[in-house]
Amino acid sequence: MSQTCFNPLFIAIAAPLAVALAIALGLPKRWSVRLAYVGFTVPLLMALHVWWHFCDAPKDHGYAFLIRYSTGLDGIGIGLELGVNGIAMPLFVLAALVGFAAGLYAIHSEAERLKIYLMLLLVMLGGLMGMFASVDVFFFYFFHELALIPTFIMVGVWGGRDRVYAAMKMTIYLTIGAMLSLLGLIAIYVKSGAPHFDMISLRATLAAQPLGVAAQTHIFGLLMFGFGILVALWPFHTWAPLGYGAAPSSTAMLHAGVLKKFGLYGLIQIALPLLPAGAAPWSHLLAGLAVFGNLLVLGLIAIAQRDLKQMIGYSSVMHMGYAFLGIACGTALGAGGVVLLMVAHGLSVALLFLLATSVHRRTQTFALDEMGGLARQAPVLAALFTAATFASIGLPGFANFWGELTIFVAGWKFSPGLTAVAVLGIVFSAVYGLRAVARVFFGPPTGAFSRVAAKTPPSDLLWSERLPALVLLAALLFIGFWPKSISRSIAAALQPSAQHSE
Amino acid sequence: MDLSVLQHLAAGNTWGAIWPELALGCLALALLVLEIVLPKSAQERIPAIAILGQLAVLALLAVNFSGGGPDRVIFNGLLRHSTAGQVMRVFFLLSSIFACLLARVTLAKQAISRVEFYAIVLVVAAALMLLVQSNHFVMLFVALETVTVGFYILVSYSRTSALTLEAGLKYLIMGALSSALLLFGIALLYGVAGNPFLAAHTAESLRYEPLARFLAANPHNFLASIGIVFVISGLAFKIGAFPFQIWIPDVYQGAPTPVTALLAVASKAAGFIVLLVLVKSVFAAYAWLVAPALGCMAGATIIFGNLAALTQHNVKRLIGLSGVSHAGFLLMAVVAAGRTPLATGAIFFYLFAYLLASFAVFGVMAHLAGANDADQELADYAGLARENPFLGAVLAVGLGSLAGIPPLAGFMGKFFVFVAAFQAGLYGLLAIAAAGVVVSIYYYFGWIRAAFFASGDRPEGQRPARTPVGLAATVALGAFALASVLLGFYQGPFGHWLRR
Repeated sequence: MSQTCFNPLFIAIAAPLAVALAIALGLPKRWSVRLAYVGFTVPLLMALHVWWHFCDAPKDHGYAFLIRYSTGLDGIGIGLELGVNGIAMPLFVLAALVGFAAGLYAIHSEAERLKIYLMLLLVMLGGLMGMFASVDVFFFYFFHELALIPTFIMVGVWGGRDRVYAAMKMTIYLTIGAMLSLLGLIAIYVKSGAPHFDMISLRATLAAQPLGVAAQTHIFGLLMFGFGILVALWPFHTWAPLGYGAAPSSTAMLHAGVLKKFGLYGLIQIALPLLPAGAAPWSHLLAGLAVFGNLLVLGLIAIAQRDLKQMIGYSSVMHMGYAFLGIACGTALGAGGVVLLMVAHGLSVALLFLLATSVHRRTQTFALDEMGGLARQAPVLAALFTAATFASIGLPGFANFWGELTIFVAGWKFSPGLTAVAVLGIVFSAVYGLRAVARVFFGPPTGAFSRVAAKTPPSDLLWSERLPALVLLAALLFIGFWPKSISRSIAAALQPSAQHSE
Repeated sequence: MDLSVLQHLAAGNTWGAIWPELALGCLALALLVLEIVLPKSAQERIPAIAILGQLAVLALLAVNFSGGGPDRVIFNGLLRHSTAGQVMRVFFLLSSIFACLLARVTLAKQAISRVEFYAIVLVVAAALMLLVQSNHFVMLFVALETVTVGFYILVSYSRTSALTLEAGLKYLIMGALSSALLLFGIALLYGVAGNPFLAAHTAESLRYEPLARFLAANPHNFLASIGIVFVISGLAFKIGAFPFQIWIPDVYQGAPTPVTALLAVASKAAGFIVLLVLVKSVFAAYAWLVAPALGCMAGATIIFGNLAALTQHNVKRLIGLSGVSHAGFLLMAVVAAGRTPLATGAIFFYLFAYLLASFAVFGVMAHLAGANDADQELADYAGLARENPFLGAVLAVGLGSLAGIPPLAGFMGKFFVFVAAFQAGLYGLLAIAAAGVVVSIYYYFGWIRAAFFASGDRPEGQRPARTPVGLAATVALGAFALASVLLGFYQGPFGHWLRR
């Protein structure tokens, strides 16, 4: 384990948390905002550093930038161990990108009690960075919860319609999911008898002495449903559209874009490689729920939405169906596709939530029936929104395309029938996505929108909105045209686990 | 030079080992004397003297702390001087100091000018310390009775309130009943262990070690099992475990807030430590009986506490019933303690996390209560976060920690208990506990919602006036909240208690 003074992972976690602490201790507002810029930017710089140096950094068991800090729990094998492997690295970069965009957007959002809002976002960002940088499974869970708690508060205080109900519902659903996955993680640790609660030693211990098939099956079931609830697996999804509908935009961006990936990441990084025999008995149930529940049922519900934010919420939950299908395949190809899709989906859904709020500022409503013709006043917004929709549908040229394509290829080997049904999902996304674009931006303006526009003529995107949107779109296009930039590391990381799972 | 004489003398001087208890007792007597000697106008200094005196004892305890050494049995086997005992002394001192701090706020509001409260709290604290160190059933019973008698007075301290008197009466009857159960159990054990026809019989059957040897030699004696069940039942009253929890809501509601805090934290913790010692060492041979019995009790306690707390709108009843569910979690750890060493450390950590979080919440409660201490409704918390951000933040941290939300200390406590329970193979209990955590989120969230999100159901005039937070209370509450957060991130020396 290399002990270096400069560890980008630690700085990326500590910087936002330190700024949040400074704000909590009563920094004046002007300085809070200035420091918040630092808090949101430092993780991005660190993430880019990690991405750039990942290939040639020295690695231990596939993990680069490894470092271990003791928090006093060495007696039970727990310590703050940081490091990223090929699966974690793209997600670490994703968290930093979305965090940067969401932070910039929030600073200029004119939210009430902006200081506290920024503080909570910074805590959330710190948690997200830590979640993907943790090698220790306990801290992986710990950082997830650290990021989750501010979400509830932000939804409850700064949220829109039904905010207290939404906050309560999210809290209870996500606590159930978190408790189930915590039990599953404890089960792996105790049953394996590994000396440390980190992914490296768990993997080594279980490679030497795998658990019995029955134990693996039970634990995988716990993790599948626990993580599944956190990722909104049908029929445990009802918290998600409601919560995203009520959440302030930056919170929705960070939660739907990054935090929700915790469950998928846990399944790929922990459940699949550690419990290879446990996945098989569940795979058909998981694939069935994903395809018929998430993709078909929720796809149809998304088509029926008349509220732009609800529609994006449902679309985000629906796309999780692909991810679950990829995991159900149990192959390295499927898992790799899921990681690609996680990154792509995180960027595109964050972009959509950001732009939807920008639309709301100009139309004063999320109701699709009361908009129209916004493209004339806000052409840049229209162009960006259209691009984001194309990305979300999965058109070639955007990152989502590669993720979905890989999952379909892997899925075809697993079950051609289910995959054929899953492809229908693309049609659904096209239907609701393009219809929303048409309703919001094109066609004649509705009466309601004309009245609003007459009162406050809508302007085009301001720079404070444009910059975060462009950052996200650029990343989507970059990966869309050069998927190898992240797929190479993913493939390398999945190689050893592929041998287990096939 | 031959130092062995000195060493021998030092080893024989067992009074030195209980100096904190003696100091507290002397301080209590001094307070009583001061009450007579001081003029009426100077009597308001007495609470401050009590608190400063206890702080001095706490400081001395911290300086003289000697952890890691072997246990020492003193006073002919009456007491066991151990690291755990020293740790619990700190625990009880923190509890009594905080109860005195809160009493200054609460008793002033109720216009009670009597000051014997502080002397009684000191005696209770000293008795609690002796209770957890007891190594002999006579010591256990005497210490327990001292605690209980002290609480009889404390619970019914504000004699003008009907609810307080009701609480006092209930606690008196239930306390007497539980003492009777405990005593009956002890008598049975004493009788059966003295039976000369049984293997390993002993005349010293009230001391833990001979009794443990006797029980190990007769692992299926019927009378002994009955005795054990009665002893555990008597203790279950103290910790409020199902089916002996029925007194909790009424007594917690009627007792003055500082007494509720002391009951909820110190009295309960003492019960658990005694139970832990008995289950781990004395009754170890009867694990076949004790483990399933306590396991059922733990499950039922978690379920009852959480379900009953769901519908409460009086915060004192709510925290009492949520405390019942915490007792369930701790009982789960006690069951696990027979099978895994991690559980013991987990219990200590959990108790400290519970102390910090509960006191943070009780501190806020004391400042929000009006002249009628029993009437503390959730609706009174409306707008708290906006009006007094400090109390709002302390409340949020305290409740979050009680709910077991990371990164707070309460979460770590629950996590350790879960790991220990998993190591002990208590899968059914774990499922109940996980469900309990989810249910508990609902009512803790309701409290947070009242303080942070709600605009207020009660009109301003009907709400009791909030007391401004004094300097000492600010320091104490801030320290509790801060420690709850810090212990969540960094366990440091506390982590050394935890070993697999």
